[in-house]
Amino acid sequence: MSTPLSHIRNFSIVAHIDHGKSTLADRLIQSTNTVSDRDMKDQLLDAMDIERERGITIKANTVRIDYTAQDGEHYVLNLIDTPGHVDFAYEVSRSMRAVEGSLLVVDASQGVEAQTLANVYTAIEADHEIVPVLNKVDLPAAEPERVAEQIEDVIGIDASDACLISAKTGLGIPDVLEAIVNRLPPPHEGDPDAPLKAMLVDSWYDPYLGVVVLIRIMDGTLKKGDQIKMMQTGAKYGVDRLGVFRPAMEAKDELGPGEIGFLTASIKQVRDTRVGDTITHEKKGAETPLPGFKPSQPVVFCGLFPVDSSEFEDLRDAIEKLALNDASFSFEMETSAALGFGFRCGFLGLLHLEVVRDRIEREYNIDLITTAPSVIYHVFMKDGAMIELHNPADMPDPSKIDHIEEPRIKATILVPDDFLGDVLKLCQDRRGIQLDLTYAGTRAMVVYDLPLNEVVFDFYDRLKSVTKGYASFDYQMEGYREDSLVKMQILVNDEPVDALSTMVHRDRAEMRGRAMCEKLKDLIPRHMFKIPIQAAIGGKVIARETLSALRKDVTAKCYGGDATRKKKLLEKQKAGKKKMRQFGRVDIPQEAFISALKMDG
Amino acid sequence: MPLRNSWPAALGEDWRYGGFGLYVHWPFCEAKCPYCDFNSHVAAHVDQERWAKALAAEINRVGALTEGRVLNSVFFGGGTPSLMEPATVDTVLKAAQAAWPWANDIEISLEANPRSVEADRFRGFADAGVNRVSLGVQSLRDADLKRLGRLHDAREARAAFDTARAVFDRVSFDLIYARQDQSLTDWEAELTEAMQMAVDHLSLYQLTIEPGTAFWDRAQRGRLRGLPGEDLASDMYQVTQDVTAAHGFSAYEVSNHAKPRAESRHNLVYWRYGDYAGVGPGAHGRLSLEGRKYATVGWQAPGKWLAATEAGSGDENVEKVPPHEQGIEQILMGLRLLEGISVQRLQEVNAGAIDAGGLQELLDLGFVGMDGDRLIATETGRPVLNAVIEKLIAS
Repeated sequence: MSTPLSHIRNFSIVAHIDHGKSTLADRLIQSTNTVSDRDMKDQLLDAMDIERERGITIKANTVRIDYTAQDGEHYVLNLIDTPGHVDFAYEVSRSMRAVEGSLLVVDASQGVEAQTLANVYTAIEADHEIVPVLNKVDLPAAEPERVAEQIEDVIGIDASDACLISAKTGLGIPDVLEAIVNRLPPPHEGDPDAPLKAMLVDSWYDPYLGVVVLIRIMDGTLKKGDQIKMMQTGAKYGVDRLGVFRPAMEAKDELGPGEIGFLTASIKQVRDTRVGDTITHEKKGAETPLPGFKPSQPVVFCGLFPVDSSEFEDLRDAIEKLALNDASFSFEMETSAALGFGFRCGFLGLLHLEVVRDRIEREYNIDLITTAPSVIYHVFMKDGAMIELHNPADMPDPSKIDHIEEPRIKATILVPDDFLGDVLKLCQDRRGIQLDLTYAGTRAMVVYDLPLNEVVFDFYDRLKSVTKGYASFDYQMEGYREDSLVKMQILVNDEPVDALSTMVHRDRAEMRGRAMCEKLKDLIPRHMFKIPIQAAIGGKVIARETLSALRKDVTAKCYGGDATRKKKLLEKQKAGKKKMRQFGRVDIPQEAFISALKMDG
Repeated sequence: MPLRNSWPAALGEDWRYGGFGLYVHWPFCEAKCPYCDFNSHVAAHVDQERWAKALAAEINRVGALTEGRVLNSVFFGGGTPSLMEPATVDTVLKAAQAAWPWANDIEISLEANPRSVEADRFRGFADAGVNRVSLGVQSLRDADLKRLGRLHDAREARAAFDTARAVFDRVSFDLIYARQDQSLTDWEAELTEAMQMAVDHLSLYQLTIEPGTAFWDRAQRGRLRGLPGEDLASDMYQVTQDVTAAHGFSAYEVSNHAKPRAESRHNLVYWRYGDYAGVGPGAHGRLSLEGRKYATVGWQAPGKWLAATEAGSGDENVEKVPPHEQGIEQILMGLRLLEGISVQRLQEVNAGAIDAGGLQELLDLGFVGMDGDRLIATETGRPVLNAVIEKLIAS
C-alpha cells in the first residue's frame, strides 16, 4: 500500500557550498536509523568522486526516511538533494517542483550567499514552504540573530522560529525533523486512481541496471510491469524495477501519489530521458503533460582535443559514454589545422565543462587540450541571415557581417564591504554595467549586466582571488545585445594558431592582444630560432613580442657512464615534445592554450 | 675469440672506429662535493688489498671475453682515485697487462685531487704506470673552492699541479664555471690565469645542478642563489671558446680543450663510440661480443659490488644495445666532438637514425654542417647541442 498523502513530506535543502547541506542530510539519515552507523560515511548522497572532492552535488540524489514523530504517527520523509550550482539551474528548478518544501540552511557565522539567494528564489517560485535552519551555531563566530535578520531583510521570509542546529555535532536535529513534519505541507493533491502523471526529476546510468530514472508521482499509481510512455519523447518502456532510495535502492511493487522513487525500464541511454518530462501509462494515459518542461541548452563551448593525437578514438569513446549519462552536454567532431581531430563540446556552464573534462582525463586517462571557452554569438549578415557562431575559428568574412550580438547575463555578487572596490573594478574591467548596489549589514549586494563571454573563462577565479574567497556569485541569462566584437588571431612564427583565436571587444583588443603575446612568450619554450608572436585583427597586427632563440642547452659532462643516461633523457625529451603541438616549426605546450587566455589582475 | 657470425663483419667491428679502453672506478672520497652526482662514497676505512684483488678479478673476467684486443687506454675515475694506494693501482695495471696486449702509446690516466697528501703519492702512481693525471682544481679562487665544497685552496692546487708536472708526462686540470655570483669578467680573468698554468689540456665545465646533489636540494628550496641565467652562461661559454682558442687550444669536445695530439685518448674512446670495459662500482661498459653490442653496469653500492665480484661478477646488469640505439649513442657522443661523426659508419649500424627533415632544418639554420662524410655540429650548434640532437634523431 502507498502511504497516505497526509503522512508524506517531500523536501529539498537549499544551501550555499560549505554551509552544511550534505552534513545535515547525513544527520537526518543517521538519526532516523535509515542507514546503520556501520554503513555511514560522510556526504552519503554525493556518489561521484568529483562531487565528494569538490563538495558539490551534480546529480540529484534522494533518500526516503521513515520517521515516527512526537505525535506518534509514522511519516515518510523524502529528501531530494539538488545540485546547487548555477550551471544546473534548470535541474534545480525541476527538483524543486517535485517537492513541497525546503530547508533553507544558512551558516550562522557566514550569512546568506549569492547562490543561496538564487536557489531560494527557485524554491519560492515553486511555492515551497521554507523552514530556515541556522547551522554551525556552535562556532564562536556564530551570530544567529544577525543572520536571521539578514534572511528576513534579503530574502523576505520569516526567520523568527528558525531551527538552530549544528549538523556537525547533531545539535538541534530532532527539531529539524519535527519542523519538517509540522511546518512543511503534505503533497497538495493526488488521486491514486487518476491517469498516471509522474515527473522525471533526474536520471543516470548504472552499469548493472541501465538507466535509473528518479520520479515523483503526481497523480495515479505506478506498478511494476506497467507499460509507460514518456510524453515529450514519445518513447515507450515496460517498467522492470520500481523502488525507493534509503539511500540504497529498495524494491517496491507500486508507487502512489506524493511518493518519490525510481524506475528502471531497459532504457539504454540517459539521453533518451529528458529531465522535466512527464511519464504516464501507455494506455489510458494522461492527456496533458506537467507544465514547465524545457530542453537543456548548452551555453559554453570549447574544443577538446587529445594531447596524443592517436588517442582520438579513445576520446570519442569516452565522450560518447559520458554523453550517455548526461543529456545536457553536446558534442560534434571538430578538426583544427593545429590540433588535429577533436570535439567541439557544449556545456551548461563552466563548472559543467570542468567536470566533464576532469572525468575524461581521470576516468578515461586521456590527456586533453582544452581550447578557449566560447559562447554562442549571433552573427547578423548583411544579407539578413543570422549565424550562430560557436567557434571563433568559423567566423565568416567580416566584410559580409552587418553586426554581432553576444549573450549577456545578470550577475548577482554578495561581498563583504572591504572587497567591494575590487569587485566593482573587476566587473568594470569585464565590460559590466552596474544595475544595482545595496547593502545587507556589512555585505554589499551588487547586480551587474555582464557579457557572458567575459565571465565564462576566469571570472569566477578572479573574483575568488580579489575577494580572498569571501564573495559569492550567481547569474542568469539575460538575452543578446549588439556590441563591437572582433575576432582576434594569434600568429606564432607568422602562422595563425586557430585554437588561440578569440572574440574580443574592439576597444579592448590591443590590451588583450598584448597580454596574450606576453603570456605566450613565457609559455612557449625557447627554440633554436627567434619566434615572433603577434596578435592580429583581420590582417592588422595589433601586438607583437619576440621570443629569443635558445642560446645554451648542452650537457657539460658526457663520458662513458653517461651514454645510457643521456639516451634516456633524450627519450624523455622526445616524449615531452609529443605533449606539445607543432605549429609550423614551433612546438607549443598544451597548457599554453588555456594559460594564455587567463587575465591576471 | 668470439665468433662473428651473427652480424655483418662491418657491424661486429664497428667499435674499432673508437678503439678499446678500460675504465676503473674508485668510489671513495674524503668528502662529498655538493655539485657531484657521480657514484662516490665517504668511507672511514677501505681495505685496499681486498679492493685491488676484486678490481683485478673483474679485469680478468672481462679480459677473457675480449681476449686479444689491443688496449689503447686506462682511466682511473671516481670518486677520488688519487686516494688509492700506489700498490692498488699497480695491482690493477698488472691485471690489465695480463688481460690484453697494450698499445705502444697506451694512455693511463688518473683523476687526482690537487692536495699535498695526494701529491705525495704521484711518484708511486707514475711508477705503477700512470702517465697522465687530470687534477680536479675546479677554481683558482679560494672563496669559490669553499662554496664548491673542495678541501683544497688555490695555493695548494698550484703546488700539487707543479708536483704533477714534474712527475707525469701529461697533466690536465678541470675548472668549473658559471658558479654562484661569478661575472663574465671574473671568469675571463680566472681562465686567463689558468691558461698560464695549463700545459696542453684543460676540461672546462659549466656548473650543472644535478638531481641527487646537495646543490640540487638547496636549489629546490630556493637557497642556491646567484647562478647565471641562460644568457650569461652562454656568454661564459663563448668567452671560454675565445680565450682557449687564443692560446692555441682546440675545443676538440664541448667541454675539453687541447693542443694538437694532447687530447684525452681514453675519453675519445667514449666519444668515438668504441668499446670500453667498465670495472668497479657503478662503472659502465660497452662491449662488442660476437657481433652484438652490450651495455654493462656494475653494482652501485661499493659493498654490494665487492661481494658480487667476489662471487663471480660485479655486473648488476648486462643488456644488448640494439643497432637502433647504437646509432643514437654514436650521435649523442660523437657530435660533442669537433670532428663530428661519420655518416657512413652511422648508416652501417642504423640507416634510419637521422630524421631527414630535422637534418635539413638544422643545416638551413647553420647548427650542423657536412664535411665530406662527416656530420659536424657547428660553432652555433654546439652550445645548444641537446636541442640539435633532439631534432636530428628520428623518433
